[in-house]
Amino acid sequence: MRSNLINRKILTLLKVQYSNMLEYRVEIALWAISGIIPFFMLNIWTNNNLNESINISDVMLSRYFLCAFFVRQFSVVWVVFSFEEDSLMGKVSPYLIQPLNPFFRYFAQHLAEQITRFPFALIIAFFFFIFNQESIWIPNLGILILSIVSTFLSFMIQFLMQSIIACLCFWTEKASSIERLLFIPTLFLSGLLAPVVSFPTYVKSWIYLTPFPYLIDFPANLLSGNETNISGGLSMQVLWIFLLFPLFKKIWSEGTKKYTAMGS
Amino acid sequence: MNLRKYLIVYKKFLHTSLASELEYKTNILIDLITAILSLLGSIFLLSIFFQNNGYIGGWKFEQALIIQSIYTILNGITNTWFNPNLTEIVKHIREGTLDYVLLKPIDSQFFISLKKINPSGFLEIMLGFLLSFFCISINQINLNFSFLTLSLITIICSICILYSLWFFISTTTIWFVKTWNAIEVLRSFLYIGRFPLNSFSFSLRIFFSVFIPIAFITTIPSEVFLGISQLWKILLEIIVATVFLITSRKFWLFALRFYSSASS
Repeated sequence: MRSNLINRKILTLLKVQYSNMLEYRVEIALWAISGIIPFFMLNIWTNNNLNESINISDVMLSRYFLCAFFVRQFSVVWVVFSFEEDSLMGKVSPYLIQPLNPFFRYFAQHLAEQITRFPFALIIAFFFFIFNQESIWIPNLGILILSIVSTFLSFMIQFLMQSIIACLCFWTEKASSIERLLFIPTLFLSGLLAPVVSFPTYVKSWIYLTPFPYLIDFPANLLSGNETNISGGLSMQVLWIFLLFPLFKKIWSEGTKKYTAMGS
Repeated sequence: MNLRKYLIVYKKFLHTSLASELEYKTNILIDLITAILSLLGSIFLLSIFFQNNGYIGGWKFEQALIIQSIYTILNGITNTWFNPNLTEIVKHIREGTLDYVLLKPIDSQFFISLKKINPSGFLEIMLGFLLSFFCISINQINLNFSFLTLSLITIICSICILYSLWFFISTTTIWFVKTWNAIEVLRSFLYIGRFPLNSFSFSLRIFFSVFIPIAFITTIPSEVFLGISQLWKILLEIIVATVFLITSRKFWLFALRFYSSASS
């Protein structure tokens, strides 16, 4: 009975958000286009033969960057911006009265957006393959499922991190500038612009202890068939989720206690 | 007489927007850290490219740093003036407040392009200048009058092109209402300006000189810095900048004819 209710809630949330997102398909298409930076990076790498020094062939590197593009497309998180706007506008108060954590709403919003984004990402990949025909490959089913799982876990890590920052809205008015700060290491260390293998050793020695390489580098390596430690990567992802989730719960309960609605 | 009126008005703009932005002092500090980290990140990325290669697209590491410094200055200018103002256009048009702007006895383009200012961008501009002074010393560039005038001219031209690009996209809001994402696409393309244009493949080079003139924005000023630019390139940049400025002005006046205020 109870699980049935939860299922219904999830389904309704997803349905509502999906139809909401379909309204904004042009914007989502533009979002998808704005994520093509990995392809420009690929161009620098192969055009200058930089990949020879890290022992990755042109084909494997182009697959890597294509996968990095895909993983990024399905792990983009903007919850802090939505939450900041809602809390500045005073929309959080009605959400708090409902018997549902408002972050479920944002979570459903993100999932719905990913479903809307999927066809556009496929179109971009199609164009990529027209220009790079030799890099077409079909990953086997097991790898495909594992990489979908790890992309989802990467999305979860980023969602939790941003939700923690979003909760800071209860204390400060503009939490999004903290998010912009956190985005810098995400951009440069996650493997979106250069695969982590190519990093100098003094960075590689500590980077695997941070969550960043598991956000894009690990799932992209997995999907593209480059060498990677599958069980180690997945368990690190799960570990980070287990670390971040209690922190989020704690900061959420502290924050809601601190919360004073507009005008009080 | 007319110019003096605009100067007085601009002083008032500066005063009001600085006063409102300085309300968020910690924000400015966080933005400064973000700017420093983002510069460090791009230098890190550049050092990865150069770790086994002496040259990329014919540029040495020390020379490529000049591009970074010019990019940082231009990005600071974008964050100080273009970004806060031109995102405001979207709001004006959506909420119908553009009516009030048009009714004022002052040029509407002047008003919406310079109304706001974001002081945290200043820090980024200073950071860019610091880096460029460092580059001048490590590349042993001797400062003389013609060098200073030429680099000033090309940088001003870059600013004009950049402004026109932003203004152009913002103007399309009159037809499409929500162009926030188109700006995001522009931003991701501009990111390429951090790297020497010669490091890309031929087709991308054509794309980035003709459709989105990133070549003119950072590469030509950097070449002038190094004293390796030909005169025709500088002249071409001046012509392109003038054409862009005039077109963006014409386009704005053209678009205004299609503006029907919010409820009509």
